[in-house]
Amino acid sequence: MKRTADGISASLPIHSDLDLVWVRQHVRQAAAQLGFGLVEQTKLVTAASELARNTLVHGGGGLLECAPVSRGGARGLRLTFGDEGPGITDLDQALRDGYTSGEGLGMGLGGARRLVHEFAIDSRPGTGTTVTVTSWMPGAPRPREER
Amino acid sequence: MSGAFPAPYGGPPPYAGDVPVLRLGDVLLVSLQGDLHDGTAERLQQDISATVAHSGATGVIIDLSGVEIVDSFLGRVLGDIAAQTSLLAAGTVVAGMRPAVAITLVELGLTLPGLRTALSTEDALRLLDGSAPSLPRRGPARREGP
Ligand SMILES: Nc1ncnc2c1ncn2[C@@H]1O[C@H](COP(=O)(O)OP(=O)(O)O)[C@@H](O)[C@H]1O
Ligand SMILES: [Mg+2]
Repeated sequence: MKRTADGISASLPIHSDLDLVWVRQHVRQAAAQLGFGLVEQTKLVTAASELARNTLVHGGGGLLECAPVSRGGARGLRLTFGDEGPGITDLDQALRDGYTSGEGLGMGLGGARRLVHEFAIDSRPGTGTTVTVTSWMPGAPRPREER
Repeated sequence: MSGAFPAPYGGPPPYAGDVPVLRLGDVLLVSLQGDLHDGTAERLQQDISATVAHSGATGVIIDLSGVEIVDSFLGRVLGDIAAQTSLLAAGTVVAGMRPAVAITLVELGLTLPGLRTALSTEDALRLLDGSAPSLPRRGPARREGP
């Protein structure tokens, strides 16, 4: 695993259910460090847990890239889950609540999308899947942070 | 990946042991703490079913006050526990879910059929029925002599 000094940017491998625990811990810590409130932290960690488990279970393992982002003075956290698994042939079906190709509840993908502000999937059958989510700190940046 | 896996943040290691299942009269009390491995959650499900089956417990309380997130995996395990215990004529009550967790569960879209919820384990005991044991309020249940 690679981490930088800001305590937010990191590349985390996802190859076991222990790795899912590290993913949750890191996302919690990164969100707290950025100043996300408890409810927003909980939403992000829950979304990350769903997406990381998909990377592990459906994608055959992969990587989470975690990075701080900013846009027009707003700050946020971006999580990118990548795998080189079988990919998703029917995205609409995969996002539908209750659809599972395995033994899950089929709530992970659609649920994660509801828990974050921005959600994108890039998936090619036979090549792999990348899911990128971003959440932003609520409210305008504090005046003294404006330059 | 190497077999040795040092804790990257110096925090407490993730909870990997068995979750204790306590008996309070006819009721089993299970306190979940911290971040559960998927394997631990699945083992818990087996332990509870086995314990209900051989103890004849009439209720199970799962205390979630120490749990920081419930995702669809843990949600499914909790639902499965409720379904299994109801086959064994026992009810399951989930107690003490944190507000942030409850809010997130709704947005995630998880409904947990068969699971009753209570604010605290005491409320859960009351919910489970009149046959629930009365807990000693403080210290051992011994009568103070005058
Ligand atoms: N990374 C992935 N690679 C391949 N398929 C995926 C991936 N993520 C999700 N899917 C597909 O989308 C479906 C729905 O995912 P999800 O909503 O998380 O439900 P569940 O994981 O419970 O099956 C999965 O059953 C699987 O078929
Ligand atoms: Mg899933």
